[in-house]
Amino acid sequence: MDESLRQVTAEDLEAIEIGAAILGTGGGGNPYIGKLRCRKELRKGRQINIIPLHELSDDAWVVSLGGIGAPVVGVEKIEQGEECLRALYALEEETGHKIDAVISSEIGGANAMEPMLTGAQAGIPVVDGDGMGRAFPEMQMCTWSIYGHKSTPSAMADEKGSIIIIRDTTSEIALERFARATVVEMGAAGAIALAPMRGSFVKRYAIPNTVTQALQLGQSVLESQINNSDPISTILEKEDGQLLMTGKIIDLERHLKGGFAVGHVNVEGFGDFHGKLGEIYLQNEFLVFKLDGEVRACVPDLIIVLEADTGLPITTEMLRYGQRVAILVLPCHDLLRSEEALGVIGPAAFGYPEIIYTPLVRNSSREGN
Amino acid sequence: MFRIGIDVGGTNTDAVIMGDGKVLTGVKTATTEDVMSGIIESLRMALDNTGIEGDEVSSVMIGTTHFTNAVVERRHLSKTAAVRLCLPAAQCLPPMVDWPDDIREAVGNSYWMAKGGNEFDGREISQIDETELKDIAREIGSKGIGSVALCSVFSPVNDTMEKQAMEIMMTVLPDADFTLSSEIGRLGILERENAAIMNASLRQLSSQAIRAFSDALKKVGLSCPYFITQNDGTLMGTEFVQSYPVLTFASGPTNSMRGASYLTGEMEAIVCDVGGTSTDVGALIKGFPRPASTTVEVGGVRTNFRMPDVFSIALGGGTQIKPGNPVQISPQSVGYRIFEQGLLFGGDTLTATDVAVGLGIADIGNAEPAKALGEDTLRNYKNKIDEMIVNAVERMRVSPEKIPVLAVGGGSILIPETVGILPVVKPENFAVANAVGAAIGQVSGEVDRIFNLTEMSRDAALENARNEAIEKAIAAGAKADSIEVLDQEDVPLAYLPGNATRIRLKVVGDLDG
Repeated sequence: MDESLRQVTAEDLEAIEIGAAILGTGGGGNPYIGKLRCRKELRKGRQINIIPLHELSDDAWVVSLGGIGAPVVGVEKIEQGEECLRALYALEEETGHKIDAVISSEIGGANAMEPMLTGAQAGIPVVDGDGMGRAFPEMQMCTWSIYGHKSTPSAMADEKGSIIIIRDTTSEIALERFARATVVEMGAAGAIALAPMRGSFVKRYAIPNTVTQALQLGQSVLESQINNSDPISTILEKEDGQLLMTGKIIDLERHLKGGFAVGHVNVEGFGDFHGKLGEIYLQNEFLVFKLDGEVRACVPDLIIVLEADTGLPITTEMLRYGQRVAILVLPCHDLLRSEEALGVIGPAAFGYPEIIYTPLVRNSSREGN
Repeated sequence: MFRIGIDVGGTNTDAVIMGDGKVLTGVKTATTEDVMSGIIESLRMALDNTGIEGDEVSSVMIGTTHFTNAVVERRHLSKTAAVRLCLPAAQCLPPMVDWPDDIREAVGNSYWMAKGGNEFDGREISQIDETELKDIAREIGSKGIGSVALCSVFSPVNDTMEKQAMEIMMTVLPDADFTLSSEIGRLGILERENAAIMNASLRQLSSQAIRAFSDALKKVGLSCPYFITQNDGTLMGTEFVQSYPVLTFASGPTNSMRGASYLTGEMEAIVCDVGGTSTDVGALIKGFPRPASTTVEVGGVRTNFRMPDVFSIALGGGTQIKPGNPVQISPQSVGYRIFEQGLLFGGDTLTATDVAVGLGIADIGNAEPAKALGEDTLRNYKNKIDEMIVNAVERMRVSPEKIPVLAVGGGSILIPETVGILPVVKPENFAVANAVGAAIGQVSGEVDRIFNLTEMSRDAALENARNEAIEKAIAAGAKADSIEVLDQEDVPLAYLPGNATRIRLKVVGDLDG
């Protein structure tokens, strides 16, 4: 049975908006503006075509691209509209390769939408997968970088027509730093396209089916709103996740540290969790969850906070005292659980060396094929 | 001298007369289609009840849903030109892109994008182009559009370009009304621009409403000055309303919350305003409603300007209870038809009020039909109602402190004696708290500007802002010796040349007379 998405409709965009925000695990930026832009492309008669990983030919050239910058700037200085497309064309020119498909580096949040937009504009398909399966704060945290792809040459573009090629750097993290410095000069909002990857590499190292996953997550929430059913249990069932806690936020502390929003949240349990205290530690995304002092979930598994009643996702900047929330954990893909991956995106990499990552056990073996 | 407060809601028009800080009379009448005849009737009733003459009234304060309704119903909106200063940025999503089609058509769907706008750090995205703006102004003129909304990228940080553009366009359109987005909303260009366009589309209606209010007051023999309440609980003079009608949005819940605070003397509290079909829950800080921090939709349009943080649930006195297991508290309400349809008045619909009456919590109508359902059943229904209220109140609490819950509005008998651990206070005159909130309206003066701290110290800049705000409040009618600072914040703006700091300062004072 093939339930995967082939072509995105305006209706699908509404669901993907919600699903991408859920996969943002608290961060990743708001996909609202991206949704409006994709909708506009569809109204112009363009198509957003999705290609499943297994249909990608081994020698296809695939580019991972998206927006880069400060989310707060993104909602004020909206893009001219073809920044990613210009970065893509610049990369084609630089490398001499004709690009066959685009892929999201980060399905969680705003960058779920950006490749769909570029794919529609360039007339090439979007691969059903991404480089994180969630959101992470920096580019070297995607599977392309972890599993040995060299992301230079990279091309960056701004709304004014500037194109910057970063031809070579000594490491993936150095590329991240040069790109950050460049985007500040661009007014803290720009686009970046990373060096083309071969289809064979993408098939092996992309987190599979995540565009479809975002769609289905969003559909679960929307359908439960219509049927008045419980969105949380629907999500848990479909995504093979676990409910960590239901409760009310009773304490909240956030501050800026090195450009990231860092902090923690205390949650007082209700229902089956009455009398228990939950703690979430965050840095842009939700990183660690403890119940009565014991670690119950941590990165790279997906810690997700939803409004208890509606199932709508709550991002770290939307957290408020008194909110009634359901905290879920979804298993991350095996590609994020290897030794190489945990070195970059495991708890120690985010400043929790004392936490040993214990993979969340799946009930079924639906992934990894 | 006496003050009159009026609150025009969707269902009822309420009026109170206050003297020496006390409520002398409170009346409720049905809101009429034309709004004005309802106001006239409520004023006549209130004056008759007390025998007070028109010349004994010093001022009238009116809270109205007039402008919100115009947006919700897409009526009386003027053709508006939206001009965004942004190019080459932001052209992928033109103004009004996320509006429902019917309201976009109602305001004429006319927009232009031009060069201009700033970066987050104050640099220019591109320079403003005088010729381009004059050409746009001529097109606006030739389309016969009389109201313009101007929105520039990052204008909440730097409003210079919006002002320059207005001056340039005014040379071509000397009679047009201009609304600047920086004067209304905050960061988030689509939402701020939306608020500015809505404001621009309401300015003609606002002028008409002001004339109609004058006429209504004259008809009942009132010649005193009158004011309109805005959604932060303060008053605006008639000239101000004509420029900023959107600032009246959601003033109804604000008036209820302010009235509840005044009637109980509580300054930090949660307010539950229970009407016939819904309950509005809000939080009071220093006696004023807490502002919302996220986007708020008005008539399907996302906005982000100053609005009270109100959470509404579909629970009111007329809410239908559908028996069964589990019982359903239906979102449907019989509303004001409770007097025909509620069990307690001989009808056949079980309502939330019936449950309260059946349990002996309130004594109105006939309790017998509800009692026939049995105490256990009624208790079960009431628990469900209480649970909805507790959840809504919990959602609005921002701290673990044990602050009181103030219950007001016609349906407030539904509020239990405690909400969770919080004590409930029900003031006298609870049914007309909204009109009281209008009557006690104070006058404010506000400054929101960027100060350059290389030229003066932070203290001097704050002093400067305070004096300017006080002057504005006095000009708006405040008594000088009653003015206090309500709110003050200064935010250093990173990366701006010259140590720039944005100072926002608001003072309030009592109305003179």
